[in-house]
Amino acid sequence: MQSKMTVPELGAVEIHGMTRSSFILKGALAAGAVYGAGAISPFVQQAFAQEATGDIDILNFALTLEFLEADFYKQGLALGLSAEAQPLAELFGKQEQEHVDALSATITDLGGTPVDSPTFKFPFTDEASFLELAQTLEDTGVSAYNGAAPLIETPEVLGAAGSIVQIEARHAAAIRLLRKEMPAPGAFDEALEKDAVLAAVKPFIAA
Amino acid sequence: MQNLAEQDQGDPTALRELADDPASRKHFLKLMGGGLAGASAFSLLLAACGGSDDESAGTTSAPAETTGTTTAASGSSDLEIVNYALTLEYIEADFYAKVIESGLFSGASLELIKAIGDHEAQHVDALLGTAKTLGDPAPKPETTFPLESADAVLKLAATVENLGAAAYLGQAGAIQDKEILAAAIAIHSVEARHAAALNILTGQSSTPDGAFAKPLSMDEVLPQVTPFIVS
Repeated sequence: MQSKMTVPELGAVEIHGMTRSSFILKGALAAGAVYGAGAISPFVQQAFAQEATGDIDILNFALTLEFLEADFYKQGLALGLSAEAQPLAELFGKQEQEHVDALSATITDLGGTPVDSPTFKFPFTDEASFLELAQTLEDTGVSAYNGAAPLIETPEVLGAAGSIVQIEARHAAAIRLLRKEMPAPGAFDEALEKDAVLAAVKPFIAA
Repeated sequence: MQNLAEQDQGDPTALRELADDPASRKHFLKLMGGGLAGASAFSLLLAACGGSDDESAGTTSAPAETTGTTTAASGSSDLEIVNYALTLEYIEADFYAKVIESGLFSGASLELIKAIGDHEAQHVDALLGTAKTLGDPAPKPETTFPLESADAVLKLAATVENLGAAAYLGQAGAIQDKEILAAAIAIHSVEARHAAALNILTGQSSTPDGAFAKPLSMDEVLPQVTPFIVS
């Protein structure tokens, strides 16, 4: 996990005589001793792996994902969906657009500049492939927010991100249920690093 | 459009006080045995969970009451939050175990309930392990649930899961340790998934709060779980 430390200066911050890295490691080792090192290592890796980009960068990253999701449902509705899928796509698309609007307003209020929406292109051809991709995108959205959350500095921004990720998780569960899949694939939702999220959504960015 | 940062985040006063509180002091207290500071607030939690007794119950027997006031005044410590989550997870895990035992469900709905119950049991294990690293874990409460019909049980499950998701969301901004925050967040979205699925199965909206989930404070959550706690 040490090789993934990308912000060495953070590791050197002292907390009452301990560096940040040794503090995190100490806590993790104590936790690992109780319920197995395997359970804690992904969280530690997460703490070391991410760059400290600042709340505005994180919000802009989230905004890009919400642009993608809002446009995804808009394009899906153009397919002409079944009576089961249509109301979900309509509601979820509207909620993603609310996330877009709220994130843009928050970025502006914090003194930042909201990013522009890319143009998106999705490979679905029918309702089944649309719903399959919807599940992937919503699950990825949850993991993206969960991966970013520990890096957020302001409690208010963290609360806002939490309030949005809970909705992404609910979307994911609803679509999974519609596809006759388990609503929650495991007891702990995965956290994804920014680079992994970008790689996952890159195929859908046309320009 | 409403500004995200201005949305209701539970207890803004506590959040502000936490923000003003140097993180290093919290970490230091924890390293030096944060369990002491946590013990008094935890006894308050127990009193709040303790059924219909009046509000003074339990507080006089708190061994570390005065020791704890400094941290308690500036918000909940991580141990208090972890123990709060652990108590909720104990209740959920027990609920599903009793539902499975009741024989009210079979087939696909039983499979779903077993999967959800298994997740809650894993949450208990993880939170118990974390609580042990911080100090004294909350004891497992003895529970009771009205298990009359499959429909009523599913509705109760939906209520409990929505409450759980809101409870985790209500604590996110107050958790000091990033490791514990990451773990709590990984659990939060799973509770939300459970809630959405059970909402759909009981004919409710998967997103009852709309596009932004609402947090609940400890004070709002505890009275709602009190009826399920025998002791």
